[in-house]
Amino acid sequence: MADNRRHAAVLGLTFLLLLLLPQLATALSKPDLLTLGSQIAIYAIAAASLDLLIGYAGMSSFGHAGFFGLGGYVVGILAFHAADNSLFLGIVPGLTDAWLVWPIAIAVTALAALAIGALSLRTSGVSFIMMTLAFAEMLYFLFVSLKTYGGDDGLGFRRRNALPWIAPRDDVAFYYVCLAVLAIFLIAMRHLVQSRFGMVLQGLRQNERRMAAIGVAPYRVRLAAFTIASAGAGLAGALNANLLRYVSPDSLHWTMSGDLMVMVVLGGAGSLYGAVLGAAAFVGLQSVLAQWTEHWMIAMGPILVCTVLVARRGIWGLLAGRR
Amino acid sequence: MLRIEGLQAAYGHSQVLFGLDLHIGEGQLVTLLGRNGMGKTTTIRTVMGLLPPRAGRVAFAGADITGMAPERVARRGIGLVPEGRMVFPTLTVRENLIATAANRLRRPDAWTLDRIYSLFPQLASRTQQRAGTLSGGEQQMLAIGRALMTNPRLVILDEATEGLAPLIRDEIWHCIAALKAAGQAILIVDKNLAALKRLADRHFIVEKGRTVWQGSSAELDAAPNLAHRYLGV
Repeated sequence: MADNRRHAAVLGLTFLLLLLLPQLATALSKPDLLTLGSQIAIYAIAAASLDLLIGYAGMSSFGHAGFFGLGGYVVGILAFHAADNSLFLGIVPGLTDAWLVWPIAIAVTALAALAIGALSLRTSGVSFIMMTLAFAEMLYFLFVSLKTYGGDDGLGFRRRNALPWIAPRDDVAFYYVCLAVLAIFLIAMRHLVQSRFGMVLQGLRQNERRMAAIGVAPYRVRLAAFTIASAGAGLAGALNANLLRYVSPDSLHWTMSGDLMVMVVLGGAGSLYGAVLGAAAFVGLQSVLAQWTEHWMIAMGPILVCTVLVARRGIWGLLAGRR
Repeated sequence: MLRIEGLQAAYGHSQVLFGLDLHIGEGQLVTLLGRNGMGKTTTIRTVMGLLPPRAGRVAFAGADITGMAPERVARRGIGLVPEGRMVFPTLTVRENLIATAANRLRRPDAWTLDRIYSLFPQLASRTQQRAGTLSGGEQQMLAIGRALMTNPRLVILDEATEGLAPLIRDEIWHCIAALKAAGQAILIVDKNLAALKRLADRHFIVEKGRTVWQGSSAELDAAPNLAHRYLGV
């Protein structure tokens, strides 16, 4: 019970802080804080979706950025064709409405994940890590080679996706949109991991054969989890493209997958809400350390090592106790 | 409902089953007896598809299930309670029960959480507790409850009372008797011959991977050298 109250307190304070961030940014006259806040909310969505795989299902996907970037490119490519008044593959017209573009981004990533997962999940352990990495790298080089969409240089567009009642240039409003999507996503994920599906997923991590012997088909359950998690990354990627009004192959690079993994571990794998803290810590540290040196990873590395050694359940475990 | 004919199986190069036969009718309680290392657990693992058979046939509810994947065997209605109380330690009691619950055969009198809790009242007071923190007896009850929640046609109990305190053992036997009375078909591997003789419709004795004797409890009693020779009691 005390644990639950502590959870609620940590969670409540974190969200209160995030809610008041725009005011804080104005008060401190640091407008950059707002962009950082949006970045945190977006990374938190991607990290939380990865936590479903790493923390609950015990599937260490090393290709999560592939889906993050793919979601972003859906936004970018549709915006490109809308501006160009041309057709994608000669069939699909460009789109700029968020209520159309974002679900399409989610659907496209889910489909890609279904195909990639169907192949990768025939393996497990290190082979699974390598398979997911290989597929993400294939996506990376695919977008590098697409010269129409900027290739190496990436693809910029002028306007964010149109949302009803929200001005496209209003950064504060966009920040709140990201925060709202994060909140809804976390609630949905919490329900998912507490559902029977979530229980089976955790049981599978503990003992796959035991689960099979009670009638669970491990492959199908894992594929569903992989698809759902990757679709989450696609949603985050779509938001990220909107935040920056730019997508580049960097968002699919394997270092991005690594960054997302670091966020999950920093925040505390298997805690879901830890992803928010992990993303905040990562983005915060990155911006502070990057001012100090270009090689900010030199400082980030030891911090990560210390966090893992001192708090095995990450920052969330440190603040909120056992899950 | 379950018929095993000439089943052979091996772990790598060491063959364990050399032609095992066994059959169970609707609502019957059948035992698989034999000393350690004679192939009882291997038989169960092969039936469940956890170990590929080398030869022989396993038929269940009118269909050939020889060498089928474990989840497909389970989905056809075999509920395994594995040796060593294999609960999922980090899930709670309730989660262990409902995570894999199913009624694939559309039974009208399906098992519910309440029915499991009334069968094992000790579990009812621990629904939110992590299964890993339960006592051995409670974990065993949970493992049986979990198998029942899949509403199986046949329950397989592998050493369900091994290593438990006598009082807890009695409770498990009491529950097995209740299940049989309700018409549940059960296959049991256990060392407690007295309790098995009271409950079982038929016994199968396995020696070095072969069925060497089968008969009723009365027939087993009538041939006392059998138990001595094959079971070491």
